[in-house]
Amino acid sequence: MFGRFGRSTVRHRPRGENIIRFDSVGLRYGLGPEVLQDVTFKLPAGSFHFLTGPSGAGKSSLLRLMYLGLRPTRGRVVLFDRDIAATKRYELPALRRRIGVVFQDFRLLDHMTALDNVALPLRVRGVKESEIRRHVPELLSWVGLADHLGAKPSTLSGGQKQRVAIARAVIGRPDLLLADEPTGNVDDHIAMRLMYLFEELNKLGTTIVVATHNELLVRRFTHLPRLHIEHGMVTTLHQEPAAVDDPEAE
Amino acid sequence: MFRRRHSDLPLAGDATSRFLPWLVALMVFLSSMAVAGAFVIGAVIERWDRDVSGTLTVQVLPAGGEHADAVTEERVNSAIDVMRKVPGVLAVRAFDKKRTLALLEPWLGSTEMVQDMPLPRLIDVTIDPESRIDLAEVALRLSRAVPGASLDDHRVWLSRLINLSRTMQWLAVVVVVLIGAVTSATVVYATRTGMAVHHGIIEVLHLIGAHDDYIARQFADRAFALGIAGGLMGLGLAVPALTAIGWAARRLEGGFLPSLSLPVLGYIAIGLLPLLAALLAMLTARLTVHGTLAKLP
Repeated sequence: MFGRFGRSTVRHRPRGENIIRFDSVGLRYGLGPEVLQDVTFKLPAGSFHFLTGPSGAGKSSLLRLMYLGLRPTRGRVVLFDRDIAATKRYELPALRRRIGVVFQDFRLLDHMTALDNVALPLRVRGVKESEIRRHVPELLSWVGLADHLGAKPSTLSGGQKQRVAIARAVIGRPDLLLADEPTGNVDDHIAMRLMYLFEELNKLGTTIVVATHNELLVRRFTHLPRLHIEHGMVTTLHQEPAAVDDPEAE
Repeated sequence: MFRRRHSDLPLAGDATSRFLPWLVALMVFLSSMAVAGAFVIGAVIERWDRDVSGTLTVQVLPAGGEHADAVTEERVNSAIDVMRKVPGVLAVRAFDKKRTLALLEPWLGSTEMVQDMPLPRLIDVTIDPESRIDLAEVALRLSRAVPGASLDDHRVWLSRLINLSRTMQWLAVVVVVLIGAVTSATVVYATRTGMAVHHGIIEVLHLIGAHDDYIARQFADRAFALGIAGGLMGLGLAVPALTAIGWAARRLEGGFLPSLSLPVLGYIAIGLLPLLAALLAMLTARLTVHGTLAKLP
């Protein structure tokens, strides 16, 4: 499915090169306390990580920094080998197009159909309508929404909205997929199906970070490393040998 | 021919921009009045300038005494002789008393009351517009040769009139500029309100990699559509209003008012106002969106 569309946007990277690197990153909102403190890690290209941690630990803030929805108040963020602080503002959209995001609250556009929501990243890139009409229904069928192409988000259930959001995040074959609680509103069967979708994307070269509370899901995929965050600090980094990153080794 | 461009933002349903066409209509209407005024004044100035350049008027004050009429007539003839000798003078023609009274009629109404009063005699002098006559020297020569004669080259009073008219013309331009500024300010307000209403959608577009101009273009397209609709409404109101003013002005002509017709260029300028208003709205919306989005990370 993914082999046919969006190839032009895919940049194959040798596994092992870093997609993301955080060096002593700190983040605070306004004059409040630091919600992220001295966060240092790197994610190799083609890796698949869970991002775990209790509510309020800073998972969403960390994801926002990764998808360039925020700028850190200190430290250095390097994304696709580009130091974000040194990157010109007009160059950022090109980087964002390489990132797919599944937002926790979906952020679907209520006035658009499921098909148009999923097509949004392609329209932003100027993809032809004929291609959009050919590939978007195929992906929506794959996530089990073939009968809901013309449905507005307000008529969809929480799980259906989540699948539309996931389809929107992956339609452009991103180099990096960030998903914030992507299985939070779906049953086990759909959750596993979505995880297999992510794994298929990962096999094709997409680096994936899935933030989740779902311990059961994490335990089912024990081979995947875990990036654990607590009290704004990356406290635990469980990873299988191939993807271990030791910040101290820098 | 014009394919409608895709828009991700549901701007057509925005309550905040519904007043914009009416405001643009009013602005285009007022601009049409100001532009028409500027062009009419310009045409009048040009006509005045054309009519009086190449002419001079000699005024001979009436003589007193027993044989006043004869003496005055003699002075008029002397003045005619002096003027005919000036190089560059093409024709010299004295107005008799009857013609002078006819000239006063538009200002005084019935001339019966004044026909027995001593009136200055006027001599119309036609000069070659290309000639360089030293009018000061001619005026001096005339006053020395003919008692009570003076030369009026129209330029002093005309220049004051032209200055006044040009001031009014500039005032009309300032009015149009102010109207444009008010229109822009309103578009800025409407655009910012629209951005606040659709903040969530804009943020999603931004985060999935939309360039600022992709978002700005959607606001600009909407502002253009509203601007052109409002502009055409304003033009629709201005055309009958200008026609009515023109009709009323034509009824006054024949008196002392010059012809107040709008030149062709004026019609073209007024016809372009809706397009200019729409382009102004479009540009303002685009710049406003760019300015606001620049604050996003």
